[in-house]
Amino acid sequence: MENTHNITPKKISDFAYTIEKTGSMNVPVKIIASEKLMDKMLQDNCITQGIHVATLPGIKGWSVMMPDAHQGYGFSIGGVAAIDCEHGCISPGGIGFDINCGVRLLASNLKKEDVQQKIDPLLNALFRLIPPGVGAKSLYRLTDKELEDVLRNGATWAVKANIGLQEDLECCEESGTMPEADPTKVSQKAKSRGRGQLGTLGAGNHFLEIQYVEEIFDQDIAKTFGITEVGQVVIMIHTGSRGLGHQVCSDYLRKMEEAFPDIIASLPEKDLIYAPAKSPLAKEYYGAMCAAANFAWTNRHVIGHQVRKAFKSVFPESNLQTIYDVAHNIAKKEEHVADGKPFTAWVHRKGATRAFGPKRKEIPERYRNVGQPIFIPGSMGTASYVLVGTEKAMQESFGSTAHGAGRMMSRVQANKNWSGEEIKADLAKEHIIVKAKSWRGISEEAPLAYKDVDEVVKVSHDAGIGSLVAKLKPMGVVKG
Amino acid sequence: MTLEPFTFLEHTADAKFIARGKTLEEAFANAARATFAIMTDIALVKQTIAKTIEVKATKLEPLLYDFLEALIYYLDTEGFLLAKVTSLDIIRDNDQFILKANILGDSAESYDVHTAVKSVTYNDMFINQDDQGHYEIQVVHDL
Repeated sequence: MENTHNITPKKISDFAYTIEKTGSMNVPVKIIASEKLMDKMLQDNCITQGIHVATLPGIKGWSVMMPDAHQGYGFSIGGVAAIDCEHGCISPGGIGFDINCGVRLLASNLKKEDVQQKIDPLLNALFRLIPPGVGAKSLYRLTDKELEDVLRNGATWAVKANIGLQEDLECCEESGTMPEADPTKVSQKAKSRGRGQLGTLGAGNHFLEIQYVEEIFDQDIAKTFGITEVGQVVIMIHTGSRGLGHQVCSDYLRKMEEAFPDIIASLPEKDLIYAPAKSPLAKEYYGAMCAAANFAWTNRHVIGHQVRKAFKSVFPESNLQTIYDVAHNIAKKEEHVADGKPFTAWVHRKGATRAFGPKRKEIPERYRNVGQPIFIPGSMGTASYVLVGTEKAMQESFGSTAHGAGRMMSRVQANKNWSGEEIKADLAKEHIIVKAKSWRGISEEAPLAYKDVDEVVKVSHDAGIGSLVAKLKPMGVVKG
Repeated sequence: MTLEPFTFLEHTADAKFIARGKTLEEAFANAARATFAIMTDIALVKQTIAKTIEVKATKLEPLLYDFLEALIYYLDTEGFLLAKVTSLDIIRDNDQFILKANILGDSAESYDVHTAVKSVTYNDMFINQDDQGHYEIQVVHDL
């Protein structure tokens, strides 16, 4: 792999850098970053990976890197590639193992002070109703037919089965269903991994947080989203398609490796493997990926329903409404413009959030005049943010922005630096209560092991690819 | 000289290790142990459940990938944690390798499992043999 230290990105505006097109690159690279974030990016190989992505067939405009970009496999995490879906390709590595990992946010009618007094029974109820951690057993074990239905129809299946509300579907990317899903392209192995995991959180960086609104930056837009005042309690769910999605990604990486040995041989990293747009494998993978995305939306929808139940058991008068649900590991067919020409792309967003500005047909009617809600979670115990999509993002980043803080310290190191007990006690001093399956799981996810989410969000805002709406602070955390 | 069975390497976002063995089979078995050592203290896991694994591939790297993936499959579907690889054979049959393994372990419910391996990756993967004939395997798992 080329060494990033020899790369000098050229500054083209206050928050954008470029690597010009040379050699086998089909497009230049555009990096949206402050000087501080650029310094961090230069410490790993993520920019080299952005250059590799620029060589993929059919990529248009630029290979775009978000403010939170860091090194991944083949593609960087925090990368966006708009690839022509007629003459280009689709790459599982540009989407990631956790297909449709994403974030759902629910607004409540409760205040911080009320919830704080009953935080322990509330966390206990959440822990019981939404099993976290490895080997957790779903309370919604699916039959073959039900699983097929989830994969084909996504969260619509759940509403028909009286789980969650019709409004939840309206407030979700794609209304919780990718219509091109093809469950027959999902392997039996993937189905077996997913069957017992619906409504579970998983482990690692996945979490469920009870948060409150600490600051509102844009009153009108916040109100449109159902965020009405400082101190209002909201609930954030961060998880994905669980083992089912991981297996779909793995299956198709292996299938493409076998089917296209010449392509593999031409790539600088094996994980960049792709299927040419017109190949049957491209269609099969897209069908399977959409099915896995449907599983993920159903998962977060079911968890949202369980969160309502947990809140009702402690606060019978509680009323929780889904604000929105965003995917940050996905490819979608979208209309965009590059070099003055409109085209239909598979927009690969790996660790990037869609950030569509006002008027796009993909945004639910209730938000269409202001732009889509965007959620950027922080690390455990730090702030998370609500932003709104912008017209500028359409031009700068194919309607995309950052997705989170991004790790900067290995789990091994974090575990050497702190114990789970220490972290839990420190957070408790700040009135943040953590309930986790594993002590070491807490230390591995220590807040200081992550980059500063505040800087990532500030750069998104200043660069104009997502405008700040509200800042959220955690008060209760459930994790694996 | 005794070989260190496996060593974890620095990796910002995920888990990277080198597994070693005097034979290819021993190195594969140690890669399996390292995979579970990412998630839990494998020395504590009891040997109560027996499983078998059989995978085939035309090259060693995909053989390793599929072997480790088969372990993750048991983890995800049955909550199986590995304690010990009791036997592992790799035979060459015409143009392909066949791996057969017998393993022992226990159900995850009774242990502190602090993270989950989502998938094996090909990132920085290698299988090398040194001058003394010892094997070294490097793997990065997606967490």
